[in-house]
Amino acid sequence: MALNRREMIWISSGTVVWTALGSIPSFASKASDLINELTSGAKLGEGLIDLIAPEIAENGNAVPLDVSAEGAEQIMLFGEGNPEPIIATYNFGPLSPSRGVSTRVRLAQTQDVIALAKMGDSSWQIARTTVKVTIGGCGG
Amino acid sequence: MISRRDFLQVSMAATAIVGASGFGNWCRLAAQQSLSQDQLVQFDTFGNVSLIHITDIHGQLNPIYFREPSVNIGVGDNRGAVPHITGADFRKAYGIADGSSSHYALTSGDFSALAQGYGRVGGLDNVATVIKAIRADRPEAILLDGGDTWHGSYTCLKTAGQDMVNVMNVLKPDAMTFHWEFTLGSDRVNEIVRNLPFAALGQNIFDAEWDEPSDLFPPYKMFERGGTKIAVIGQAFPYLPIANPGWMFSEYSFGIRDENMAAMVQEVRLAGAECVVVLSHNGFDVDKKMASLVPGIDVILSGHTHDALPEPGLINETIIVPSGSNGKFVSRVDLDIRNGRMMGYRTKLIPIFSDVIDSDKDVAALISEQRAPYATEMSEVIGQTDGLLYRRGNFNGTWDDLICDALLSERDAEIALSPGVRWGPSLIPGQDITREDIFGVTSMTYGQAYRSEMSGKLLHEILEDVADNIFNPNPYYQQGGDMVRTGGLGYSIDLTQSQGARISDLTLLKTGERIDPDKSYMVAGWASIMEGTEGPQIWDIVENHIRKLGTVRVLENNSIKVFGA
Amino acid sequence: MSRSGKPRVKVPKSAVVGETITIKTLIKHKMESGQRRDGDGNIVPRSIINRFVADFNGQNIIDVKLEPSISTNPYFAFDAIVPEAGEFVFTWYDDDGSVYEKKKKIKVE
Repeated sequence: MALNRREMIWISSGTVVWTALGSIPSFASKASDLINELTSGAKLGEGLIDLIAPEIAENGNAVPLDVSAEGAEQIMLFGEGNPEPIIATYNFGPLSPSRGVSTRVRLAQTQDVIALAKMGDSSWQIARTTVKVTIGGCGG
Repeated sequence: MISRRDFLQVSMAATAIVGASGFGNWCRLAAQQSLSQDQLVQFDTFGNVSLIHITDIHGQLNPIYFREPSVNIGVGDNRGAVPHITGADFRKAYGIADGSSSHYALTSGDFSALAQGYGRVGGLDNVATVIKAIRADRPEAILLDGGDTWHGSYTCLKTAGQDMVNVMNVLKPDAMTFHWEFTLGSDRVNEIVRNLPFAALGQNIFDAEWDEPSDLFPPYKMFERGGTKIAVIGQAFPYLPIANPGWMFSEYSFGIRDENMAAMVQEVRLAGAECVVVLSHNGFDVDKKMASLVPGIDVILSGHTHDALPEPGLINETIIVPSGSNGKFVSRVDLDIRNGRMMGYRTKLIPIFSDVIDSDKDVAALISEQRAPYATEMSEVIGQTDGLLYRRGNFNGTWDDLICDALLSERDAEIALSPGVRWGPSLIPGQDITREDIFGVTSMTYGQAYRSEMSGKLLHEILEDVADNIFNPNPYYQQGGDMVRTGGLGYSIDLTQSQGARISDLTLLKTGERIDPDKSYMVAGWASIMEGTEGPQIWDIVENHIRKLGTVRVLENNSIKVFGA
Repeated sequence: MSRSGKPRVKVPKSAVVGETITIKTLIKHKMESGQRRDGDGNIVPRSIINRFVADFNGQNIIDVKLEPSISTNPYFAFDAIVPEAGEFVFTWYDDDGSVYEKKKKIKVE
């Protein structure tokens, strides 16, 4: 039996792309460039976004992310370690009370997930959290 | 002829005591005089509520030997804290006399010699006797099973857990939580749980599709005992789909979910619970952290990491009671609950010395009944061992060395990988190795042994990844197993580093050469969590290997160098 | 992708006027990212749900632009205010031009 690298034995069956866990390629600058562009370099406030993610992804192909920011018009999600960092853009209408949403996303490797919110007063908020994507397989 | 019971009395009488015991009465008494069932279960009944905790039985219906670890390193805030002290340090911390029964039960040193004297531990017939004795004292005691019950033996694998279900049902637990049970596959787990005559709890067992609490596993159950309302909240192993094959139970999601735990604690308190007990399969360090983050829990009955401590851990106002594994211990926890508050507690970790405790005849007969259809095939002697075969330890165990040797030899590989699980009884020098013994350290529903080429780089990444699941200083990133075992491969590990920088000096032992990241190596391993892994079952590989050896010679393993411990 | 596009939603049957309710939606879809290679090493072309909209009586709750990093079978859970009795309309837009719609009525007490 020959298993190729991508079908590797211990990788959680969900892991999207098997990249080096020890040497994370830097897509991080791609995400920050994108954020700079979107916000035209405006000041990014902190503390008004609730971003909830699991400590360790059960399945890198479906990582639950829960984000909300009261008073936000729009929230964007980014995965710093994904080849294409942008994950989704949420625009909230008048009937959204909490300006929040839960989604499942693909994370290629251990990385920071970033939420960027455009608030009602046109100011910006940012929040980040780390999600670990592991090979797993040895729990006792 | 001197009976085992007489022998124990003789040997105990000769044992000196060193230091004062902090380990409750049984230890000191045993060391001074002799062991008796009365002493083992002796307890000054306290308060108004009693809990009985047993956990991580891993399918062990009958008494076994089980050596506790000599290497169990704590990291971050838990460095040097219990349970991360072992051997003589552990005995010193608890005032345990060298050579005493608690030395044998709780620590690793002189294991083979002490095992000759004190005999096997566990056996659910003996556990039944202890439970009966506690219930005679406190008829309304609540019996709680922390999970990892329907896994780990020949009969358990062959009956898909039914042997354990049949015997545990007779012990009449009040509630249970889960881990390895799910590796029976969700269809089978659902089938058993639907018919369980007690509560199957897990506040963190969710329906994966809609992210909602699962119908089959309620978060908690309320009990009323002697006019006191007690809530028992279940906490299944949080990392089931990562540490075990998630594809076998893909409709379920787990996780720590401490926000939901906090909500459940509030919910039960509002519903009138005067005492909140968490039946947990988190592992001890995760339980400590959870207790520090979630207020309002009185008692955490702690499983998963197989720790056995003579005194509970205390975090703020929460006590954490870890009750060992493999049927070796039962904890009794008496609580004084007044006006919705825990005013005091008294606990005892009762070691199940099988030669001291009278077997419960009915349960013994029921166990024999479960085993009978498989008795002949299980008892076949495959070989002998000249040394101690054990598993527990952060980096290697002699059982795993043997399994890795079997993989290298039977699968014609340069490197072997074996999972760092913590279950599996020990064998003492001179013992026969039966087929049942081999299943005791290998049985699982995904035992296929793969053979595959891996680059040096990938091997390094695997070791780094697994090391971070054990030695990440944040307990919430710890999955509770031990380091993946390696055969044919040596390495150094620096515990002060973080992921990516812990592992170095990877060496192919066969040639003494450094592992080349760009070179391919033939690797054999087992217990892959990938769906569709192919290969012969690991127990067949180990059996073939032992047959060829005849007698297993246990050698010291010096292939792993640990820094920063 | 013939079995794509089967939406399911969870909406309470009734609410109090002005109440905040939780809505959950799922749609069966492969969400082919456009980054995966097939057995022959060729890139599998992108094919995803690219937009999801939830409205109530013509007023918007949420309007999502999805990227390939959204998981297979896109799932959204969110709160909505129910100002009156009426109908929720959920719409998913596929890269292939398909539009999938699901409607749910709600009563008020």
